[in-house]
Formats: sequence, structure tokens, C-alpha cells
Amino acid sequence: MNEGITSFPQFDYSGSQALKALREENIEAVLINPNIATIQTSYRMADKVYLEPCVPEILEQIIKREKPDGILLGFGGQTGLNLGIELHRMGILQREGVRVLGTNIETIERTEDRELFKESMEKINVPIPLSEAAYTVDDSLRIGKDIGYPVIVRVAYTLGGGGSGIAKNRNELKDITRKAFKQSMVHQVLIEQSLNGWKEIEYEVMRDFDDNTITVAGLENFDPLGIHTGDSIVVAPTQTLTNREYQMLRSASIRVIRGLGIIGECNIQFGLDPESEKYVTIEVNARLSRSSALASKATGYPLAYISAKLAIGYLLPELKNKVTGVTTACFEPTLDYLVVKIPRWDFQKFKGARYLIGPQMKSVGEVMGIGRCFEEALQKAIRELEIDKSGFVCNDENEMQNESKKSIIEKLQNPTNERLFLISKALKSGISVEEISEVTKIDAWFIHKLQNIIKVEAKIRKLKSIRKSTNFINTLKEAKKLGFSDGQLAKCLSIKESKVRSLRKNFKIFPSFKIIDTMAAEWASQTNYCYITYGGDYDDIDFRDLKKILVLGSGCIRIGSSVEFDYCTMNTVWAIKEEGLDEVIVLNNNPETVSTDFDMSDKLYFEEITLERVMDIIERENPIGTVVSVGGQTSNNLAIPLMKNGFNLIGTTATSIDMAEDRSKFSSLLRRLGVPQPRWRMLTSIDGTIKFAEEVGYPVIIRPSYVLSGAAMRVARNKRELKEYIGLAAKISRDYPVVVSKFIENAKELEVDAVCDGRSVLIGAIIEHIEQAGTHSGDANMVIPPQNVDEKIISKIENYTTMIAKTLRIRGPFNIQFVVKGDKVYVIELNLRASRSMPFSSKSNGIPLIWAGSKVMVGRTLDELKIKSRKIYHASVKSPTFSFSRIKGADPVLDVEMSSTGEAACLDYDFSNALLKAFIAAGFKIPKVGSKVLITVCDIDKLRAINISKQLTKLGYKIVATKGTANFLKKNRVENVSILKKISEGSNEILQEISGGKIEAVINTQTHHYNDNRRSDGSIIRRAASEFSIPVFTKIETAEAFVEALSKGGFKILNAKALDDYFPRHVLSLI
Amino acid sequence: MVGYTESITDPSYKGQILLQTYPLIGNYGVNSRDFESDSPKVEGYIVHELCRRPNHWTSSMDLDTFLEKYDVPGLENIDTRALTKKIRTHGTMLGILQVYYEKEKPSIDGLLEDVKQVQDPNQRDLVNEVCPKKIYSHPSNSNFKTVLVDCGVKRSILAHLIDREIEVIQIPPSCNADDILSFKPNGILISNGPGDPKRIDYLIDTLKEVFEYDIPIFGICLGAQIIALAWKGNTYKLKFGHRGQNHPCLNLETNNCHITSQNHGYAIDPKSLEKTELEITYVNANDGTVEGIKHKGSKISAVQWHPEASPGPNDTQAFFDEFLREIK
Repeated sequence: MNEGITSFPQFDYSGSQALKALREENIEAVLINPNIATIQTSYRMADKVYLEPCVPEILEQIIKREKPDGILLGFGGQTGLNLGIELHRMGILQREGVRVLGTNIETIERTEDRELFKESMEKINVPIPLSEAAYTVDDSLRIGKDIGYPVIVRVAYTLGGGGSGIAKNRNELKDITRKAFKQSMVHQVLIEQSLNGWKEIEYEVMRDFDDNTITVAGLENFDPLGIHTGDSIVVAPTQTLTNREYQMLRSASIRVIRGLGIIGECNIQFGLDPESEKYVTIEVNARLSRSSALASKATGYPLAYISAKLAIGYLLPELKNKVTGVTTACFEPTLDYLVVKIPRWDFQKFKGARYLIGPQMKSVGEVMGIGRCFEEALQKAIRELEIDKSGFVCNDENEMQNESKKSIIEKLQNPTNERLFLISKALKSGISVEEISEVTKIDAWFIHKLQNIIKVEAKIRKLKSIRKSTNFINTLKEAKKLGFSDGQLAKCLSIKESKVRSLRKNFKIFPSFKIIDTMAAEWASQTNYCYITYGGDYDDIDFRDLKKILVLGSGCIRIGSSVEFDYCTMNTVWAIKEEGLDEVIVLNNNPETVSTDFDMSDKLYFEEITLERVMDIIERENPIGTVVSVGGQTSNNLAIPLMKNGFNLIGTTATSIDMAEDRSKFSSLLRRLGVPQPRWRMLTSIDGTIKFAEEVGYPVIIRPSYVLSGAAMRVARNKRELKEYIGLAAKISRDYPVVVSKFIENAKELEVDAVCDGRSVLIGAIIEHIEQAGTHSGDANMVIPPQNVDEKIISKIENYTTMIAKTLRIRGPFNIQFVVKGDKVYVIELNLRASRSMPFSSKSNGIPLIWAGSKVMVGRTLDELKIKSRKIYHASVKSPTFSFSRIKGADPVLDVEMSSTGEAACLDYDFSNALLKAFIAAGFKIPKVGSKVLITVCDIDKLRAINISKQLTKLGYKIVATKGTANFLKKNRVENVSILKKISEGSNEILQEISGGKIEAVINTQTHHYNDNRRSDGSIIRRAASEFSIPVFTKIETAEAFVEALSKGGFKILNAKALDDYFPRHVLSLI
Repeated sequence: MVGYTESITDPSYKGQILLQTYPLIGNYGVNSRDFESDSPKVEGYIVHELCRRPNHWTSSMDLDTFLEKYDVPGLENIDTRALTKKIRTHGTMLGILQVYYEKEKPSIDGLLEDVKQVQDPNQRDLVNEVCPKKIYSHPSNSNFKTVLVDCGVKRSILAHLIDREIEVIQIPPSCNADDILSFKPNGILISNGPGDPKRIDYLIDTLKEVFEYDIPIFGICLGAQIIALAWKGNTYKLKFGHRGQNHPCLNLETNNCHITSQNHGYAIDPKSLEKTELEITYVNANDGTVEGIKHKGSKISAVQWHPEASPGPNDTQAFFDEFLREIK
């Protein structure tokens, strides 16, 4: 189930585990999830898969068709729960005789509705924060006064607390509640006492039908209450609680799960006063959540799997602990390590976004570091974030600029994504642990640990010369124990990283390889869930001389790398395992994904995907090779370094990868093959840049190698924009060259996903972008097969693809992006690795691309595999999902930089229907007939707006427009266009119509590519629309396709179909 | 992961070196409210990382200072997981903590020789080392009186009785049957304690006499083993005992499973109960060992785990309520 920030990868993990649990029981599972990139949407996992929108109307069709006996609601995040409640309210479940398995609807409602929740908690004597529900804005203001400011506004029925916020005064409260009422399904918000500064503690609790109850994990937030747990650094187990406190909250958790009657898993969040034993229960999630995914990986206890078993009636004592294989699942894991989770934010990808963090979740992903001490786990996690930080210290020198204590303290008070590193600066500036703790409300225990890192860094920097002295060796050892990487040490010692590695080896400083066994070694276990630490002297693992392959995973979810690469990782593991390997080993560090489930591969290293760590693993495991091409850019980046260190790659050689990634080498290859490419040049001065831009003509795309702020890539339409961007946002110099390339306007963009075995090429799919070139391929709507592309172009694309692949002797999956203008086809990018769109290509065309790609990597030929391109008679459309509404200030506009955070795709025999389904699946609310559509488009789009308006009018919508657009439309005989005054004309008309629910869709396009003008009308309108969950079209092509699809019949005529209606089943278990 | 103060001061650890599997110990310092007796009872303490900068509003000193104050030697910065596995494989073993001066080289052979000379603490009357030497009485307003046979009782067991307004007469295990009966108790609770239950033969004999009087008798941990022995059952030493806060115990009657806190190195032999009037009420869901017993006819009942928890989950406190019901 797909939507928004909070509900992607972790639900692939939970859904997949649930499906596994059901299959073991021979229960036929029908899965409804339009997130095509997931692993669960395969017949390997489910018996039937519907890539269909998760809306009640479609669900009803599927239920009537499949006649299921029961429905599981807790494995698809908030979307699943909300849908279940709706189906129940509409009487569909009752009418069709579908039993809700696990936690029942009444209980779900009790956890979701604040008043009911409060009532339930009072009954069992569990304290909750002072609060009252408000049903109107006036209500909320009265309550705010009663409770006393600051207050927290919480919105029922939303993902990740969307729409929630802190109000420090009456005006802020008014503002927040107005927006909140617009978002909430039930038109109810909660005004709550603010507990800022309290500790936030979470429990993951399980209960079966017979009231057996266990708490699987206690998690402690490093950040105090007031910062959403999804945006907090979290440790497991709890670190600063006494036994009394821990047990007090644990007992409360058990009272809560029993009192509410939850069956299966739930997450309970508590606030704990740091200076007394006062506590409050903040929230209960009666479903698998982001935290439960984390708890699952942190402990090795398969929460989702067990939860599914409980839902179908098993009792906890009847189930086995999957790790030991002999002990019972009715126990509480004990840890002899600790984990640190850090969220990953991508604020820089959202134009205009504010970087503050608070009660509303804004992170897009997270990583988990495992260690034997806090410092180690934390520094590992920081590196896993892949945000160019080598750990808690030894980062960019810019951070070390002098800053007054006062200014640092001021900044510490307003938490941002950078706060952790600000603490590093604060400590180095001599601000005391106590003061930092006082300002940030982060427990001093944590800050003391952070200070240890600072102290050890200073100690290393003081080491005079490199020699084999006890002091030198001991300091190195101490640093490694605290999680310093060789790279960090290299910086401190001013030597090369490789030198640190060889020194370490000389001094016999090696990490030990430990396993996670849920029992702290008390029971022998067969687990293959491994981590690496310097906090130990002995290995748990026997390194046997077996035929092994190491597969590098994709790491942290971020914009541009999501669950699709986890799909690629897992499908590779399965495919190569069939080729007679003894062990397929996975390296990954993302607690939200399927590939980090220890039972999905032969061995799992939950570790950093860094050169140092990969070499540590290869040196001990000695695999025949490493697959770097299925984990996205993270793992791909290690190809050349691994080769240089003499390690073997499985698949395409590093030389070929280099040839594709080195712009000059790639260009000369294309020239040799006679394949056109937009003109480009690498430049080191502003003057040179301008000269080149004028030579090829504007617009141009600028790709700096060093970015000071904001987005990395930018389109410049003229000299002013070019100078402005390079001057303000990017560096240009001999060390930081800038690549400038011609931007081809009004062109079509297409992509190819394919596999090559070195000799022949299998083209899996040609994908057409619905938007013109210039919208990032991750943000574009896409369709397979192409709908509006000439046969000649197609064969040219096929031709180029084959030529390039054969010349590079690619062995494995690859992706090429093309721009088409007229009959000219340009290559704009080649990725010698699995691409983001491969799950989409595979499932749309029924061709198992990753399966085939992996097989050829280990030596099979495409001939042997007998896979051919197939003709399809349906269309498959993929739509991006965005999270603009929860990122304050973010302008929902599409550009060359990617900003979507998820995707949905749907199939249908009719293109328009597939498109409409995909839009709905991606969270678009179809505007009600009779409602208003706001059209305000730039001049070049005006002509196309005429037809759109006419069609909309015909469908019964009312067109409203700003003066320019309205006059133009009227002139062109579009009837009944009302004019709304522009915001820049000093009117609030448009905003009122949007917030009042009168306007239900906005078509807003602009001539110029994004300029940071946050006060422009367009920006304000788009922002408002996204905050009120109204569809915004920022590209005229998207609007056209949407309106076209609506005219074909719209929502009413959509038919749900399973994947096996389109393809034979045997194909579907490989894709 | 929590509860080190409680464990260190738990009299059942008398004679033992305690090794913590969780690597970070001492995070919240030490406060006397968490004491399970008046002082540390462990002989030695081994952790991976000792926290020297604890932070908690209840903390009065850090753990290192605390151990030093009571002369408890400790060891840190070793691979505690590796040591745990050694004990899992070879069973609980004798050990010594030896202090060396800087630059002094330890002789492994010498140490191995030394450890052979260490007396097995289970040969000692450990109970006698931790039990009270006289009788204490804790009056209450209620009419219910219990004799608590203190073999090294944890304070929280006593607290649970007092909380339920039961008058408690806390007596040493060496008291004889007449002593016990002289208090006219409504019930008897035999506490936890250290070491081999068979070593406490005097208490076993006393109990045999008391059985005649049909007084409800409950036992916790060592108390359970003593009841089993008094009723002609047998006990044996486990390879490495049950310790920790996550032991699942299955109620054989209801099939419900409880998460319990445990600390015992000996267990009741289930076979030995077959010909007695005792029956098994609970078993460990992991290894099937006996976790609870009761008498088929009289009000005699005992559990192998620690219903008072401390440290550990509070899920089985109903044990004390049941005791109260039985003596009423």
C-alpha cells in the first residue's frame, strides 16, 4: 500500500513477512498494493497480486472477485488501517462476509480516535497528556487557553502525524488547526499539553488471542519528546532508564495492549519525565510501523511474521523463535550490542523547504548502526546515511569555522537535521555537556558519550609520528572501538586511508565478526545475522571455504533510491542462489527493508556499505566475487575502488563501468558509434561557462561537482540565471569543475531497461515519459509501452541500445535514457547497473529483468535463459508520490532534480484507465464533478490549456483562472471561466477558495524553470494546494493526460485486475 | 539490560562472579532504593564497558565507586560475549579475578593452577553467609501472619508481603519447626537464596515436620527446590543456570506463558516428582525444566522464578496475591 513519506519500504518488509507466514499455512494470499517496486508484489510471495489503487471502490471489486475469508489490515501502514475502517463503515466487509483478522475494527478505532483512546486509557489507569478534542477552530482556541500554551496539535487518521504541530500562541494554533481540519478524515483534532523535554520511550508489544503478552523491544529516543520519533535518533535497548522505570513502562504497555484488545503487534509511545517517575502514554499504533521494523531488525525478532501468525489464530507459545530454531517465540529478546537509528532527511531536494524538525515527520529514510558501544553504533550509522559525513567528527572543514558559543547555543535550541553535528561543534567550542543537555534536552548520558569521541579524536591528532609504540597502537585501538573509520583516522593523522589500513594490519588491529541471536549467546543459534565490531576479540562466525557471492545492497532510503533497489538486491540473491552457490551474502544497513531480514539470504551483514567494510568482509569471507550493480548508486560507486584493490566483481567489469561513468570516455565511445549526445563540456570558470552556453545556446543544464546549498543540478535559461546559480549555490574552480550541457527543449524522454550477456541484448522495456524532457525520470509519469512514439524512433532506440551494450560488453542489467526531438535520438545517460525503473519494466512487460540480469552476471547466456521480449496488449503507468505537504515551505514543483519519495503503478488494457488508476494509487484525489479547477499557466502552455478547459467544462467542472489565462481562454471560446484575483494583486481569493475546499485541482505551469522565488503567486498557490491535499499539475502534459483520462469515463469504469490476468503465473514468480 | 544494582545486591549471587551480557553497564548510576539487600553480594563483577559518567536523577554515585566502596573486584573491557559462549559451552565454572600491576606479565599456567585451588562455593553453606542471624518481625494491621524463611531473601519479596499488609516474621533457615509453629503463622514463605539446595538439609528436615500442620507453604526459587526436596523430590545442577529477565514459563493448566525474571543454578528434577505428591504447574517454554510445583492435596505451591522481579518484568506478581488468598 502506497502513499506519502511514512509508508513505503518498511511495509514491504512487513507485508513480505506476513505473506511468508501465510504461505507456510497454505493460506491463499491476495495482495493489493500498487507500489510496483516492492518485493511483496510478486507471485514468489503472494498467490495473487493486484497492482491497484488502495481505495474502497476498487477494494470492493477485488473482494467480490476473490471472495476472501479474511483481511489483514495491519501490514500496510496507516493506509491499510484507514482503508479497513472505511470498508467497515461502508459495510463492505460485513456484506461480503470478510473477517478482519488480528486486531478488530473497533479496537483500531479506539486507538485512532483520540476521545475513545482517552476513555480507554482512563479505564485502565494509564496516564495520558492533558488534552481535549476539538471539532472546530473556535473549539481548539478555547482548549488551548484551558491547557495553556505551548500546546501540541495532533490530527487523527494521518500518516506520520501529518498536519500536526506545536502552537506557542493563539495565532499559531489557529493557523495549524485550520489546515488540520482540512486534512483529517474525521474533522477532529486534538489539542494537547506540550511535554517538551521529556524522554520519549517506545515499546513494541505482542499479544495473542489467549492474552499471552510480550514486549519485544524498548526503544529510547535520543531526541526528547517534541521531535517525531521518525525524525529522532533512536537507540535500542533503552540506555538511561532504571529497572524501575523500564518495568513501569513495560507493565503499562501490557495494560494498554490488553485494555485495547489488540491482537498481534502494536507500538506504544510514552513520555517520561527525566526528573521523576511521571509518565504519559502518547500514542498507540495498532499495526506494524516504522518503529516496529526497526525493533525487528534491532532484536532479530520477526515482528511482522509472528504478528501475521497471531492474526490467523496461533498463540505465542506455539511458535518458535526463528533465530534459535528451538526456543519459543514467547520470550523477550535480550541484546548484547546496541543499535542506533538515524533518520535521513533530504531537505535540500525540496525547494524552499525549512530544515527544522519537530512533531511532524519529515525524514525520508533511516539507517541503523550496530555496535558494542554507543559511539561505535552512532558513527557507523552516520556513515551509513551517505551524507558525506565520515562520522561524528572529522567532517568538512567548513563546519569548523569559528562561531561564538552564544550563536551555537541559540542554534541548538531549534533542532534541525544538522543538530547532531552542531553538538560536535559545541563540544569542541568548550560548551559543557551539562549546558548542551540543558539546551537540547538530550540526556547528558548521550552527550558524555559524544564527548568521548571528541576526546579520542584529539588524542589521535596529538599522535606525533607513526610508529609501533604501545601508545600509538592503543590509541588506534581505542579509536576503532569508538567507531572511527580508517578514513577518519587518515584525516586525523594526515595520511592516506589505505595507509591506515595497512598500519592496522601490521599492528593486528582487526574487527571481530559477531552475530545477532536474540539471546545474548545464552542459547546456541543457527543465525546468519552478522555485524562487525571492534568491541570484541573473538569471532562468532566460522569462515568456511565455500562458493560464495557477496551482493551489496542499496543502503539508506533517500530521494532517488528507494525500495526498488531492495527489490533488485533480493531478486539477484534468489537468481544467483539457483546457480549452485553455497552462500549468497547480503550487505545492507537499512532497517526498513526486506533484504535486511536475516532469513532472506544465506548470510546478512547489517553493516556500512563503505570500501573499508566491504574489504573487511571480502577478506574474511573470500567470496568468488561481489555484485555491485543491483544496489543503486551506493554500491555501484564501490566498483572501481574494489577493482583497484584487486577484488573481483561479478557482472560488468569495472573498466566498462568507468567507461560509462567517465563523461569524456563515454562521449568518445558514442562518437565512435555515431550515437548523438547533447553537447556538453567540463568547465572551471564562470567565463568559460558563459562562453560555452552562448555557443550551444540556452537553456543549459549545469551540474556542479560541489554544491554549497540547494539542488545539485539546475537549468539556466539565460546568462543571468547561470551566473546567479554558479555564484550563489555552487563552487567553480579547477578542483570543482562544472559540467554544462545543452538542454534540449520541448523534447520527449524515453528510457530503456535491458540486459546484456556480453554478446546479445534483451530489451526489457522501452518507457515513455509523459512529461517532456526536463522532469527528472524519478518524478515523471511513465508508460509502457510508448503511446506516442514513432516506430522508426523505437527501432533507432533499440539499435543504439544494442550497439552500446555490445561495445561495452555489458554483463548484467543496464538502463539508457534518451531524449527525442523530431527524428533525432540523443543518449543522455547510461547506467551500467539495475535501474530505478526495473521493477516497473519487469512487472509491466512480464520479463524478469533482474533475474535474467543476475543469471548472465554469473555466466549464463540469454540464449540459455530463453527469455524473449513479448508483445503486450495493455498499458502500464507509473506515477510518483510526493511528500510536499509535510515539508514546511517546500514548493511542489517538478524540475531536473528528483523530489518524489515513492511510486505507484497500475496496469489496464486501456492507457487512460491505467493512467487514472496510477494517479489515484499515487494519492491523487479526483476532483468532484461540479467543483472548481484553477488554471493558471504560462504563455507557451496557453494553447494547450484551451482544450483542457473545454474538456473539463464538458465533464462538469467549473474553470477558474487568473486574469491573463482567463481572458485567453474566453477569447478561445471556453465558456464560464471565472476570474480570480492574483495574490500579487493583494487578494486572498485564490487561497480562500483552496482552503475552503471549493477548488479541487490546480493546473499551474511556469515558463521559467524554478527560481527560488518563494513569494511568487505560483509558489504560494502550489504550496497551499499541496497543504490542503489538492492535486497540483505543474506540467501541462500531465494535466492533459489526466483530463483525457477523465473524459474516457473516469473513475466509474475502472476495473480491478490481478497481474495473472495479464501474464502467465510462472513468469510472475520471477518478477 | 537494566537492573544491575538489583543483581549485584541479590543474595542469591553469593559466591559467584557475575558476568553481564549487555555491554553498557552503570548508565544510570547507583541508588540505594534499588538494593535487594544491604550490600553487594556478588564476589566479582565483569562487564564490557563500565559507565563512568552516569546520568540519572536518582543516582547517588557511579557503579565503580559503589563497587569500590564495598571492595567488590571487577573486570571491564573484555569480550563478554566470547566469555558467555565459553560458559554456555562448558558450563558455569570456577574463576578468579587476579590483579596485576602495569607491565607485569600474567602467567596463564599459573592462573590455571590457581583456579584449581579455588574452593567450589557450592560446597559452602552459602545460605548461612547471607541469611539473618536472628528473627525480625514486621508487624501490620492485619490478622494475617506469615513466617518468611529467609535464606537470603530479596528485599522486594519482603516488600510485596508488607504491601499486602501481611504481618511478616522473618526467620533464619536454621530455626526449627517449633520455632516456626510458635508464631502460629497463617502461611509460610520460603525465600530465594544462594547455592545448592541440598546443602540446606536442616531446613528440609524442619519443613518435613511443619508439613503435618497443614499450613500453606509457598516457595520462591531456592524455596521451591527445598520444598521439592522435602517432599522426596530431587534437584540437580544446571549446566549454566537460568539468569536474566526474559525466561518464558508455561502454565500447564491454562497454557498461558509468562515472561519471568530468573536466577538459579539448580533445578528440580521432573522425573523425581513422579512418585511424590507434588505436581508440576509450570515448565520453562525453552528447555522444559520445572518452573513451578504444587502439592496435590495441601496448599503448597512454589515457583522457580522470581515473581517479585526486581530486576525484570512484573508480570507474575499475582503469585503474592495468591499467597494472600491462601493464608486468608
